Amino acid sequence: MPPALAARGLGKHYGSIRALDGVDLELAEGDLVGLLGPNGAGKSTLVKIACGLVRPTDGSVDICGARAGSAAARRSLGYLAELFRFPGWVTADELLVLHQRLAGSRGGVAERTELLELVGLVEARDRRVEEMSKGMQQRLGLAQALVGSPPVLLLDEPTSALDPSGRRTVRELLEELRARGHTVLLNSHLLSEVELVCDRVAIISRGRLVTEGSPAELSRERGVEVETASGTRVFERATRADAPGIVARLVAEGEQVYGVRVLSTTLEDVYLEAVAE
Amino acid sequence: MNDVAVIVGYALRESLRRKVFLIVLLLSCAFLALYGVGAWRAFRDTASFVSPDQIGLDSDVVTGATVLGLAMFATLFLGTVLAIFLTLGVVRGDAERGLLQPLVVRPVGRSTLIVARFIAAAVVCGVYVVVLFAAETVITGLAGGWWPDHAVLAGGELVVAVAVIVALSLLGSVFLSATANGIAVFMVFGGGLVAGLLAQIGRAIGSDTLRSIGRWASLALPFEALYQDSLHVITSGTSGFNRFALELGPFGGSVGGGAEVRAWAVVYLVLVGAACLAAFARRDLP
Repeated sequence: MPPALAARGLGKHYGSIRALDGVDLELAEGDLVGLLGPNGAGKSTLVKIACGLVRPTDGSVDICGARAGSAAARRSLGYLAELFRFPGWVTADELLVLHQRLAGSRGGVAERTELLELVGLVEARDRRVEEMSKGMQQRLGLAQALVGSPPVLLLDEPTSALDPSGRRTVRELLEELRARGHTVLLNSHLLSEVELVCDRVAIISRGRLVTEGSPAELSRERGVEVETASGTRVFERATRADAPGIVARLVAEGEQVYGVRVLSTTLEDVYLEAVAE
Repeated sequence: MNDVAVIVGYALRESLRRKVFLIVLLLSCAFLALYGVGAWRAFRDTASFVSPDQIGLDSDVVTGATVLGLAMFATLFLGTVLAIFLTLGVVRGDAERGLLQPLVVRPVGRSTLIVARFIAAAVVCGVYVVVLFAAETVITGLAGGWWPDHAVLAGGELVVAVAVIVALSLLGSVFLSATANGIAVFMVFGGGLVAGLLAQIGRAIGSDTLRSIGRWASLALPFEALYQDSLHVITSGTSGFNRFALELGPFGGSVGGGAEVRAWAVVYLVLVGAACLAAFARRDLP
C-alpha cells in the first residue's frame, strides 16, 4: 500500500527565495503528524503543494500513490487553509452541501449533521457564514475538510482562531480522526497542542526538514530534580539511571528526600534547538 | 457535466443572494423608462421635420434606427459592466481572499471551475442583453412604429460581444487582482469603442490609416466588430435617402462585418478560453 503522503526531494523557489529545499517526508496511513517551524519556514508551502495549489520547483508529492494536484490525489484529501475564508452569503449547511457535491459525497443530510456535531456547530447550521465568529468559521472549515471522509487531511493552523475550549474540541476531533484511521498532517505553531495529539513531529526550518520523530524520541533527559528538606536540588546531565544513586548519596549525607523527578527536554526545547541551527 | 452545473448553480445563487439581479433589474427598469420617454419624444419631435413624400426621407426610420442604435450602445455598455463585475475577481481576486482554494482542491479541477464560471457569467449577461434589447426594440416600435431589420441577429451579436468581454475578464482575472482587472477590461472596452469610432471617421474622410486601425481593432477586440455589425443589420434593408441620412448619424456609419466577423468572434472566444485554461492550470494559488 502506498504511503498516505510522500514528499520526495521537494523544492519550491519563488524567484530567488527558496521556500522549500529538498524535503523528504512520509506519512503512513493513520499517522497524525505535526509540522512545526517558524514563520516563513515553508510549512504552508509544503501543504499547498500537497493540495495541488502550488507547483513544486523540484521533487514531488504523492497522495495515496497519486501525484499531488491530480484528480485522484484531490479525491483523497481534505484541506483547511491557514487563511480560511468562505463566502459570507452561504449558510453552514449550504457550504457543506456544495462541498458534498464537489467531492462526490453521497452522505446527504446525515453526513452534514454528523460533521456539524463533530465541530459543535449543529445549532448554527442555518446561520450565514458572515454572521459567524472567526472561531465558528474555522470549525466550519474543519467540517468542510472532512466532507466525503477523505483518507488524508491537511490542516494548516486549524486552531489559530479558536479559544481554549474550541482548541480542546479540535484536539478531541483529531483524536477521533486518528481512531477512524485518517492520516492527518497538522501544521501548527502551538507546540503544546502538537505534543498532546501528534504521533510524530517534523520540524522545518529555512525550507529544510531539520528533525523528525515522535515527541518521546525527540525529547531527551536533561537532569534529575530532587526535593529535600533543605530545598530542591537539580543534578544537571544526570539520567534516570543515575536517580537511585543520587538519592542513596543524599540519604547517606543525612538529607531527607521527599521526591525525585527525572527532567527531560520539552518539545519547545527541541524546537528551539532545531530552528536555531 | 454535473460538476459544471454545481459551480454554475453556485455562481448564480451568489448573484441572487447578493441582490445583484435585483439591483440590475431596478436600474434597467429606470433606464428603459427613460428610454421610452426619450424615444417617444424623439419620434414626436422629428415627425414635423420633413414630410416623407417630399424628399423620400422617412423620419421614423431615421429616428428609430438612431435611438435604437443608442440603446444598443447602452445595452452593450450595461452588459459589459455586468460581465466585468461578475468575473473580475474569479481567479486571483478570489484566491487572494482565500475563497478559491477550498474549491480548487476538490476533485472537480481547475478547468471545470473556470468553464463553469464562464458559462454562469455568460448566461446571466446573455439573458440580460436579450431582455434589455428586446424591451428596447418593443419600446421603439410602440413609440414610433419603426421595427428593426434582423432584430434577432443583432441581439445575438450583442450577446456574443458580451460573452467576449466575459472571456477577456476571466483571462485577466488569472493574472490581475480584481481591481486591476476591472480597470483593465473597462479600458480595453473603451479602447475598442474608440477604435471603432476612428474607423468610422476614417471611412468618412477617406483615411486609410484610420480604416486600418478599425480593421485591427476588429480582429483584436471582436466585440467592437460585432457591435458595429449589429448596428448595420438593424437597417440592412434601408436604402435611398433614408440610408444616406442614417450614415450621417452617429450610429449609421457602421460597417457590417457579416459572417466573417461572427466566425472570428467564435474562434476568438475559443482562443481566449484556451489561453485562460492554460494560464489557470499553471498558476500557483498561494
